[in-house]
Amino acid sequence: MSQPSTHSDAETAPRLVLEQLSCERDDRLLFSGLSLTASAGEIWQITGANGAGKTTLLRILVGLHGFYEGVCQWWQPQWQQELLYLGHQPGVREELNPLENLRYACALSEQGGDPMAALAAVGLQGFEDVPAAHLSAGQKRRIALARLWLEHKAVWVLDEPYTAIDQDGVAALDQQIQQAAQAGALVIYTSHHQVGDGVRQLHLAHGQAEVTEGGQP
Amino acid sequence: MSVFRAALVRELLVLWRSPAEIINPLFFFVMVISLFPLAISPKPELLALVAPGVLWVAALLAVMLSLDGLFRRDQESGVLELLLTAPVMAVVPVSAKLLAHWLLTGLPLVLISPVLAHMLQLPDGVLGTVMLSLLLGTPALTIIGAIGAALTVGLNRGGILLAVLVLPLYIPVLIFGAGAVSAAVDGGAVNGILAILGALLALTVSLGPLAVAAGLKISSGN
Repeated sequence: MSQPSTHSDAETAPRLVLEQLSCERDDRLLFSGLSLTASAGEIWQITGANGAGKTTLLRILVGLHGFYEGVCQWWQPQWQQELLYLGHQPGVREELNPLENLRYACALSEQGGDPMAALAAVGLQGFEDVPAAHLSAGQKRRIALARLWLEHKAVWVLDEPYTAIDQDGVAALDQQIQQAAQAGALVIYTSHHQVGDGVRQLHLAHGQAEVTEGGQP
Repeated sequence: MSVFRAALVRELLVLWRSPAEIINPLFFFVMVISLFPLAISPKPELLALVAPGVLWVAALLAVMLSLDGLFRRDQESGVLELLLTAPVMAVVPVSAKLLAHWLLTGLPLVLISPVLAHMLQLPDGVLGTVMLSLLLGTPALTIIGAIGAALTVGLNRGGILLAVLVLPLYIPVLIFGAGAVSAAVDGGAVNGILAILGALLALTVSLGPLAVAAGLKISSGN
């Protein structure tokens, strides 16, 4: 909706508080006792082996998965207004071309900005009219990522944003994520790729969650 | 409202570019009805007796057939997650989807029904009632079926479960829909029956999309 505040007090304001969060799936404990406070301007990387529960954790954060114990608290009641969520699947329909896909995503998330410019920024210039069915997996992912180049939201939750993205794309994405954090957004993403220095990590393994590199335990 | 319009355009485009979704229910409707005179007998008096029921059962099954995949492709491609995490109320894009779906799958059934009614030897005087009853009934069928489709979207083979969930809820619409046509054939008053159909439509239009949105939330794991 609006540009995140760049005031220094807003940058340290807690955006997300998790207390003793635990989740079980198919009689298997994914994680338990997960507590953390994530503030504006921070970048959180969630790591863990395949099946460790990274996607489930993100789905809990954005309110898609309700079967958990503990507290998951956002900073304001209308937090969904300020949420930019990219799911495990890119959310791209093959019948539609990149521009139509992006326009629909913008309409749903009430994001302003120029879709053409955003598509150009992710390297899809000239592909605006090509049905997504004719695009590669990486290009489909780029359609979804184009939302990061539109009007900024205060919280980014990205599930494996680097999947199927080439080297140049990874560099551009790194830069965009760091810029957003500097502008006061909270970025939470799952990947094995580290965006840059100062990234807080949350490692999920064997039912435990471990916070490293400067995050409060 | 701009969200609704954007969503409506998008849904119409998606459906328009997968013509099988539009043609299959229509083809099913035409085929079932054209088989009946062959199977029973082409005698006008016999056909006219069963025609209201046949028309309505075929329309009901055609609508249900079209609903199985209503949310599946959106779910597989991740669009559903986008929709459920969006700041707009899920009921807005869901309503647009239902409207688009009915416009491209339900409305063609209504438009072709006079031809099929004629094929079933219904008198020309009741064709208006046939169309009107389907015009009121098929959107209600679409919305009720969408509730079932939303609840079964997470399941791999939801087809039969969808039928089990939805068919009992279809029965009132079927009774009054076929009843209106039968009454017209017998020369009775149909306005009251059509009014009840209209009331069923008003009920489903006002509450159905909310139930569909809630069903999608449940299916996503809430």
